[in-house]
Amino acid sequence: MTVMTASRLIRAPERLAPARALGTPRLVLPGVQPGVWGLRAELDQGLFARRDVTGLIDQLAEAGLRGRGGAGFPAHVKWRSVADAAGDKVVVANGHEGEPASAKDRWLLVHRPHLVLDGALLAAQATGAGRLVFYVSRADTAAAVAGAIADARAAGLVPAGLRVDIHRAEHTYVAGEETAAIRSINGGPALPLAKPPRPFERGVDDLPTLVSNVETLAHAAWIAAFGAAAFRSAGTAASPGTALFTLNGCAEPGVYEAPLGTSTGDLFGAAGGVAGGYGGLLMGGWFGGLLSGDLAELSCCYDAVRAAGSGLGCGSLTAFGPDVDLVAVAAELGRWFEAESARQCGVCLNGTKAIARTLTQVAGGDEDPKHVENLVRWGTTLTGRGACAFLDGATALARSAATTLHHTRGNDRCE
Amino acid sequence: MRVAVDATKCAAYGTCVEHAPAVFQLDEWGYASLIGDGTVAPEQEEAVRKATAGCPERAITITD
Repeated sequence: MTVMTASRLIRAPERLAPARALGTPRLVLPGVQPGVWGLRAELDQGLFARRDVTGLIDQLAEAGLRGRGGAGFPAHVKWRSVADAAGDKVVVANGHEGEPASAKDRWLLVHRPHLVLDGALLAAQATGAGRLVFYVSRADTAAAVAGAIADARAAGLVPAGLRVDIHRAEHTYVAGEETAAIRSINGGPALPLAKPPRPFERGVDDLPTLVSNVETLAHAAWIAAFGAAAFRSAGTAASPGTALFTLNGCAEPGVYEAPLGTSTGDLFGAAGGVAGGYGGLLMGGWFGGLLSGDLAELSCCYDAVRAAGSGLGCGSLTAFGPDVDLVAVAAELGRWFEAESARQCGVCLNGTKAIARTLTQVAGGDEDPKHVENLVRWGTTLTGRGACAFLDGATALARSAATTLHHTRGNDRCE
Repeated sequence: MRVAVDATKCAAYGTCVEHAPAVFQLDEWGYASLIGDGTVAPEQEEAVRKATAGCPERAITITD
């Protein structure tokens, strides 16, 4: 007889609770509600005012804006590499959000689609693009974006000659990866491609393409309106600005805007806290590995999270109480990676399968030391091997699970 | 010269390692990856050309 147990993995809630802000908000403004907050409200905020994009890419560099989609890559470098290419270009506003524990892009597109559109139009102008594509996966985000485009057209805010369209793809994890988005827009399956060529070299319609996360575009619009210095007034020197965090495993899960560098404890404190305290944390959605121990003091900025052995990724955090079996969580997550692999790369197919099987054996009580050795080896040697970063999520899990096992089996006790 | 392996095409034939063992390596399932960052030393260029031509899946690309 098979006994089904409840999943230990926590997905972002399907019904979005109202977002909240810590500190002075830029995206989660009071009064932002679907159907109430429209183009008029954005114009009143000072958005859509800037149409001269001279110096905008320098301003993004000065602001230190980094991509909010997961990789944290400097936005100005991406924009400039497309702007410097010859001929026609394309901008893709990526609002796909395949990460199961993240809901912030969806919140942003449903609540402030005009703000994202402003950023996307500025990106198209600054890079010299003749086509702008919104890449989304849900009915509510597609409808919100369509409404915003219609509003902007009616107000004469969409430049003549710029083709703007919406492309809807299936809601799988890998479909959100930038080359998968390009392949889907070009009429193929929403599966990643090997790189090179990178999108800025050859992307949609074989043209140099800027693929930018929608939250990054919203911050770019904000910087264009209010300046780099204002942007840097929140956050840390190396991780400036605010970010949208999706918090799970707490009393009041949902989307929260907070300055980068806010501690995990302060974030979850604003979300009603975590019952019983912190036993572990999934950082960067399900792709930054499983951190164990009390991490309430961890600063949620790019550098501190990397130093802790994880990645900020899309800003999704899931807390686990001290009584949660983290090895069982890791095993379930390993099986999710195995099931969700696009199965295009032999190394990903085999690597995720091996990691899942080993974590499942360990969670079942198998204490053979070769399991930990294997997890450490796969965690290091398989990183960067797939065509996309999906396998890297499984290797981060393998590395962090090996560390967790080291602690939980008492290897770090003083002799 | 620079070289890249397309992980979506590699089918674990292992011919690249036969031609250029200083440039390519195989994992425990037989799939290929680069030992370095893709920069090919001049004395390895001929071997890499052979590996590229000999890959049954055309998974190896010389980029420049």
